[in-house]
Amino acid sequence: MALQDVCGFMDYLDEIPPCHHLPNETGSLFKTTSEFETDCPFHFLSPPQQNSGKHGVPSLLSPTFPCLSTHQRPFQLSHGTTTLGFTFQGGVIAAADTRASCKGLICCPISQKIMPIHSHLVVTTSGSGADCMLWERILTREMRLYQLRHRRRLTVNGAAKLLSMMLHPFKGTEVCVAVTLCGWDGEDAKITFQTGMKMGAKVEKTMKQDSHDPIKNNALSSPNSEMMSSTNKQYDQNTLSAIGEHCGPRVCYVCSDGLQLRGEIISVGSGSPYAYAVLDDGWRWEMTVDEAMGLAREAVFRATHWDAYSGNNVDLFHITALGLRRRDREDLKEEYYREKERAKKMIKEREKERQKKEKAELAEEAKDIKSVHGEY
Amino acid sequence: MEYLIGIQGPDFVLVAADNVAASSIIQMKHDYDKMFKLSEKILLLCVGEAGDTVQFAEYIQKNVQLYKMRNGYELSPSAAANFTRKNLADYLRSRTPYHVNLLLAGYDETDGPGLYYMDHLSALAKAPFAAHGYGAFLTLSILDRYYKPDLTREEAVDLLKKCIEELNRRFILNLHSFTVRLIDKDGIHDMEKLSAGPK
Repeated sequence: MALQDVCGFMDYLDEIPPCHHLPNETGSLFKTTSEFETDCPFHFLSPPQQNSGKHGVPSLLSPTFPCLSTHQRPFQLSHGTTTLGFTFQGGVIAAADTRASCKGLICCPISQKIMPIHSHLVVTTSGSGADCMLWERILTREMRLYQLRHRRRLTVNGAAKLLSMMLHPFKGTEVCVAVTLCGWDGEDAKITFQTGMKMGAKVEKTMKQDSHDPIKNNALSSPNSEMMSSTNKQYDQNTLSAIGEHCGPRVCYVCSDGLQLRGEIISVGSGSPYAYAVLDDGWRWEMTVDEAMGLAREAVFRATHWDAYSGNNVDLFHITALGLRRRDREDLKEEYYREKERAKKMIKEREKERQKKEKAELAEEAKDIKSVHGEY
Repeated sequence: MEYLIGIQGPDFVLVAADNVAASSIIQMKHDYDKMFKLSEKILLLCVGEAGDTVQFAEYIQKNVQLYKMRNGYELSPSAAANFTRKNLADYLRSRTPYHVNLLLAGYDETDGPGLYYMDHLSALAKAPFAAHGYGAFLTLSILDRYYKPDLTREEAVDLLKKCIEELNRRFILNLHSFTVRLIDKDGIHDMEKLSAGPK
């Protein structure tokens, strides 16, 4: 806290009298923000301390510091987003929109909501942007420490449990984090974390080279299908055996409320009901990678169409045993216009077919009449 | 929104819980297990606020297991229930109360089967049958009418099915499947999942 020292933040704390009755809007059952401050946010695994009441050395985290006691936000936080993650036979797909909104304003149309934690784990974030950024960094740090101490990667479920435990002391405060951890649990015997990281890095490198081509217009299936299928072949040779108890694709949802769920399809955010509708309809375990990518893209696209707080672009990540691959960000506005064009074309074609049919029917009738007249 | 039910027989306890994990209006999971195994013959069923349920139940679970490791023998269901209640009561007037409703079901060698009802205000009652959730309003009277202290396992399952039928008919929410478990002197047995058929 160098800035704090430079500004002389601590110097005048002695003069401020202790403030015992703090206005608390949320009712007595919930912690006030000052009480939250006493639970030093950097001691995650320690239980909440009781407020001792005496202040020998007032610190920034002291409850007697009235400026921190009530948070007056000038604006209302909104949790508008569409993120989703699902598993299938070919790994895990994580997809999200890129709109960061704040009430009626789009703060950032190109934010990144999916952040890689390590070579085999990605976290999709929703809720308060600042909280998500912070907690994602904290989780990355803790996972890296675990990896260094235990010489193996923490599983996705383990990471979810860790994050859930770290968030628990902040339950009842205004921390709002709803993340989906999408990743692949590796087999420790076959791939040590070093080789796994190397392979992951190699994979990312090859994908970056491949995905420089802009995404061409196409229907729901991925435009890079040729590129991806060629790289897919090379993965198939090396891909670990399919789903066992200790390895395989995993998706886990963690919320600052404390909810922690493992599943096959998870979608979070204001656009999630729309996404669920598309995912539930199209998901099968046996999907190919292209189908899965297409499904994820479609789900985010539909959600961004109906939900005001989701939109702009879509990010897609695909995680397999060998690491994660990222697809280029795609603007959904173009997809919307492409779909309109397709719909117009389809209507024209159907009109043509209908006319053909009618002509054919008329011709048939004319023939019949002729033959009838002909007889007479 | 969630539903728990327990029925105690002369030498067994039958418990069931719904399988829905919901977040606002969305069912995020259809096969969520709300029962926590405390020991070989004790089950804790826990519903309530999102994070509190798992946090509290796992805390109790680990402590019961720790007791076994330290002392070499398991806590009895009655002791486990009282321990749970004590923890709920301690946290009740703290700044972080646990908003959970519990059913604890167990089989003791000496005392036989036991079903304990606990709620978020840390009330504890040993009851022959109990239910939690909005569904309880609809099913407690059925349990009242048809319960006998010496009912057999089949009768208990039939009674459970009656309750679920009633839920299906009158409860506004769709709880389409229930995990069912039976505890007796041989331990915890998983039974067939019950699903609410078409109305």
